Amino acid sequence: MATQTAAPTPPAGKETRAGADPVRKPARRFNAGPLLTTVTWVLALVFFSPVLWMVLTSFKQESAAASDPPVFFFAPTLDQYRAVLDSGAGSYFANSAIATGVSTILVILLAVPASYALSIRPVKKTSDVLFFFISTRMLPVVAVIMPIYVIAGQLKVLDNVWTLVVLYTSMNLPIAVWMMRSFFLEVPGEVLEAAQMDGAGLMKTLWRVLMPMVAPGLAATALICVIFAWNEFFFALILTAGQSATVPVFLVAQMTSEGLFLAQLSAASVLASLPVVIAGWVAQKQLVRGLSMGAVK
Amino acid sequence: MSSAEGWRRRLPLLPALIFTLIVTQVPFLFTIWYSLQNWNLLRTEGNQFVGLENYIDIFSDSTFRGAALNSVLFTVACVFIAMLLGIIFALLLDRSFAGRGVVRTLLITPFLIMPVASSLLWSISILNPSYGLLNWVIGLVGIPPVDWTSQHPIVSIVMALVWQWTPFMMLLVLSGLQAQSKDVLEAAQVDGAGWWRTFISVTLPQLRRYIELGILLGAIYVVNTFDQIYLMTAGGPGTASANLPFYIYQRAFLGFDIGQAAAMGVVVVIATIIVATLALRLIFKSFDVKE
Repeated sequence: MATQTAAPTPPAGKETRAGADPVRKPARRFNAGPLLTTVTWVLALVFFSPVLWMVLTSFKQESAAASDPPVFFFAPTLDQYRAVLDSGAGSYFANSAIATGVSTILVILLAVPASYALSIRPVKKTSDVLFFFISTRMLPVVAVIMPIYVIAGQLKVLDNVWTLVVLYTSMNLPIAVWMMRSFFLEVPGEVLEAAQMDGAGLMKTLWRVLMPMVAPGLAATALICVIFAWNEFFFALILTAGQSATVPVFLVAQMTSEGLFLAQLSAASVLASLPVVIAGWVAQKQLVRGLSMGAVK
Repeated sequence: MSSAEGWRRRLPLLPALIFTLIVTQVPFLFTIWYSLQNWNLLRTEGNQFVGLENYIDIFSDSTFRGAALNSVLFTVACVFIAMLLGIIFALLLDRSFAGRGVVRTLLITPFLIMPVASSLLWSISILNPSYGLLNWVIGLVGIPPVDWTSQHPIVSIVMALVWQWTPFMMLLVLSGLQAQSKDVLEAAQVDGAGWWRTFISVTLPQLRRYIELGILLGAIYVVNTFDQIYLMTAGGPGTASANLPFYIYQRAFLGFDIGQAAAMGVVVVIATIIVATLALRLIFKSFDVKE
């Protein structure tokens, strides 16, 4: 792991800043830039190596995947991906897409007005309401799973993807309210006063004036919701079966049903992770911004 | 403010508030009710009201204490190490160099990998005693192979958790670093402060809120860790690496002991609320400074 190699870096960093300072010790200037860059690259590659290994394994034949010592050079094959797709992964992906997509849309529809009310037109006891929202996220899921299981059973919505939609919405709503509130707080008060002068109502102000201004924040919030909903396993494990099982459940089934096929499992893992990884890579600027604003403001 | 105006202001908040109340609080009321019953699905006599008996049983249950201790251990170890590594990575990324975007992308990725996938990846591909990558790596320097998940289950799980949460901490700290004004840094350097001194007295205090929030959000998620334990060690060997969520799951869905599991859930919620209230008061205090 990166733990051992990471330790010596801060002293190295000291050299750069000191070295870049023209006032102090100009004679003994030592450019640590290339060294630091190398250290950073090595650390990043070590940290990334499990992912790389998973991707490599997914292109191997089973015999090469579980070999000792590990095989680094091999003729890549798509057999494992073909096997995963042939094993009926499609319906699991469809269920995950519905649970993730619909719950994210619902979260945004509920969180935008709520966070607007909490930021621009603060209700009394704003911090109490915020505290209530975030405290529901701290509630351990296991503490409510049994009643949810029993209630879902009585409503005949066990193994139903819409049950997951409702639960994922409640799971992501508190974080979304917190994040969106921070983006609304960034909007200057004058903008709202101007809108009010022009006689714009609540909906019009929200839709025409505010939404364009908080669009990047909205994207970041939605991305966070997508990540957590797509990756969720606990509810899916307990509340779904064949009909509405999602991708994480599919992965676990891959492992247990037909013995251990490491290369095929790796291919399934790559496919399962791919949508969120790509979305995260594309939107990483928004992700950074969203996290920091949502977190700190 | 007239009451009509008050309602107009509150109205946009209500859908989210009512939804959250129904979906999260109603089931919890049921949990409290279940916790007062002797209710085991394996017994045919049904459920009967037993008052606080389940709660008394919990406190004499050494497995519960062990799981509680493990929960604290996983959370503290994971959040602390992930934050430390996150700060180091963020500092390394907070300068311009060739391929910075690529490096950041590489470092973010573990946070984006599905936890179920990363649990399987760690337990099977990396930590497997016979063909795992880690044993091959330590074999290069002459360390004999280790059966990680059975001999060191807690270390194994912490490794996987730290790997997953470090990017989250890094992103938070990185945005904190990028938000700090360059003037202050230059002023510190003109005053002759070295890198370490500047970091301790200027950068770190500015990062405080980001670090606190990373710790809070990280702890919220890590304390509820289920995937890694279910898939990497199944709480074992025995119950050595079970945390509270996993143990409660076992009691409820494998032992069918609804009353016991519900009582444990209530105890966990109360403990969480106490800790969270203290933590949030701390965070809100630093919020107020700004607003």
